Amino acid sequence: MKRETELTLNRPIAALNFLLTLAVTFLGLLAITFLIGRVVPIDPVLAVVGDRASTETYEAVRLQMGLDDPLIVQFARYVWQVMQGDLGMSVSTGRAVSEDLGRVFPATLEMATLGIIIGVAIGVPMGVFAAARQGKWVDQVIRVIGLAGYAIPAFWLGLVGLVIFYANLRWVGGPGRIDLFLDGMVPPRSGLLLIDSAIDGNWEAFRSALSHIILPATILGFFALAYIARMTRSFMLEQLSQEFITTARVKGVPERLILWRHAFRPIWMQLITVIGLSYAGLLEGSVMIETVFSWPGIGNYLTTALLNADMNAVLGATLVIGAVFVGINKGSDALYRLLDPRARA
Amino acid sequence: MSLLSVENLRVTFPSDQGPVEVVRGLSFELGRERLGIVGESGSGKSMTGRAVMGLIASPGQVTADKLAFDGTDLRDMSESALRKLRGARMSMILQDPKFSLNPVIRIGAQIEEAMAVHGALTRSQRCARMLDALDAVRIDDPARVARLYPHEVSGGMGQRVMIAMMVVMEPALMIADEPTSALDVSVRGQVLDILDDLVKRRGMGLMLISHDLNMVARWCDRILVMYQGAIVEEIAAGQLYAATHPYTRGLVASLPRIDESRDRLPVLDRTAL
Repeated sequence: MKRETELTLNRPIAALNFLLTLAVTFLGLLAITFLIGRVVPIDPVLAVVGDRASTETYEAVRLQMGLDDPLIVQFARYVWQVMQGDLGMSVSTGRAVSEDLGRVFPATLEMATLGIIIGVAIGVPMGVFAAARQGKWVDQVIRVIGLAGYAIPAFWLGLVGLVIFYANLRWVGGPGRIDLFLDGMVPPRSGLLLIDSAIDGNWEAFRSALSHIILPATILGFFALAYIARMTRSFMLEQLSQEFITTARVKGVPERLILWRHAFRPIWMQLITVIGLSYAGLLEGSVMIETVFSWPGIGNYLTTALLNADMNAVLGATLVIGAVFVGINKGSDALYRLLDPRARA
Repeated sequence: MSLLSVENLRVTFPSDQGPVEVVRGLSFELGRERLGIVGESGSGKSMTGRAVMGLIASPGQVTADKLAFDGTDLRDMSESALRKLRGARMSMILQDPKFSLNPVIRIGAQIEEAMAVHGALTRSQRCARMLDALDAVRIDDPARVARLYPHEVSGGMGQRVMIAMMVVMEPALMIADEPTSALDVSVRGQVLDILDDLVKRRGMGLMLISHDLNMVARWCDRILVMYQGAIVEEIAAGQLYAATHPYTRGLVASLPRIDESRDRLPVLDRTAL
């Protein structure tokens, strides 16, 4: 009885605590992007008025933009604007940054999501298998694959992949999200082309989008796979040396169940955190791959914005990436606490 | 016919300095009785238990002139045949329930698994027998405890769960490897009582591995004293304090006693061995 009352009391407090840390983290993130905006040697007023404006115009715009106010007031205004979804205008595209991000982020999300699915679906079994055959040749092969995932640069793998599978074998579509003649044929709903074209029943577009996304997503997935397989392997080895594995053997449990039920079950909640981390890594780390594949995602947008000194776009994209990173991290943490019976107590 | 018959059992592990023999030519017979195996740490008692269960993993190696359980030779048995024996016909209780129970599987499910892998019963039969087994180890509210995770019960209760899990298939041979050394003194007696009761009622053969001389002397019928991987003496439990071998006498002499005062507790004199 006592336990239950404690639980009902603890839940809201824990939830409140969670939201509070989330808010503080986001505030910290905003402070960082805000400060970057002040520190970089790009004059935001000049970006608006152009370099041929008179001193009077310059001063007027400066006052209008509130750059005379104390830093803390400016920061408060910045936070207030961001909370309303206002990230300013992009100088290079002439649209609101939030609008731009709404268009480019789904492209990155789609690729990274497919990548992490590939990484998990192959990486986890690989890690389990390697741990079960520790020191045997299978283990060695898997370790070399993992090492390659760390050592090979993404852009190189992307270029080689394009040469082999696109230019020579013609198995996959080339750069971009979809074949040119199909571009704009799918009404955007979620912004994820695979889902939108499937909803629309436009299977030609679906096939084209799939053939375009599969290569970059696989390459991204390979990097996730290398990390996930390595972590899975070391988690599994730790579990397999535990005494309760001996208990399972004493009970006569077959080796397959010892692996998956007894050794894997205690670690899969830990793996959620690892997977979340590498998913966030794929979202922010796809700049190289997006450049190689001309993928109209957030990485590409950020690079273009940086080259054009488009500060609003840079800060907006940084903010979104940071928010996604924090969100995924906190989310996988919460999930872990919810799922592991040991952490629930 | 004896339940377990062991002749010249040897367990070897490779090391940088060449192979190390941790069990050196052990021979003994076990009937439906309580056999105690005592010895200091590293004397090979646990290795003996694990070798009998077929749990020495490579690179460890087990050889014996005879290793027969209930008339069947365990030496050339396949891993899958051994697995059918383990948990069903012979079983083992491990030392510390904190580490020997799976932390993320509910207690009830862990006990039911011991039956499920040997696949004789239906799901509801298994559940009923699981609750009976918990009841048999004197757990008050079996249905509630079955839903708990191992970290939610005390050490003493955890060890009773362990026993329930290992006896639920009613094995003929039970090896208890230090079943009470991780427990509070106050619950040791309880756990031993339960084991003793099971031996008497079900006619199990029990191999009790321990370094606790007093406990073994009180609870077993016969005692094997091991030293450096070999048996140095075999005695009836009541005769422990009249042991003749210098190692056993050394062990007995180094036991502290509450009813006498000594200046200094003697330690084992290894030069006399």
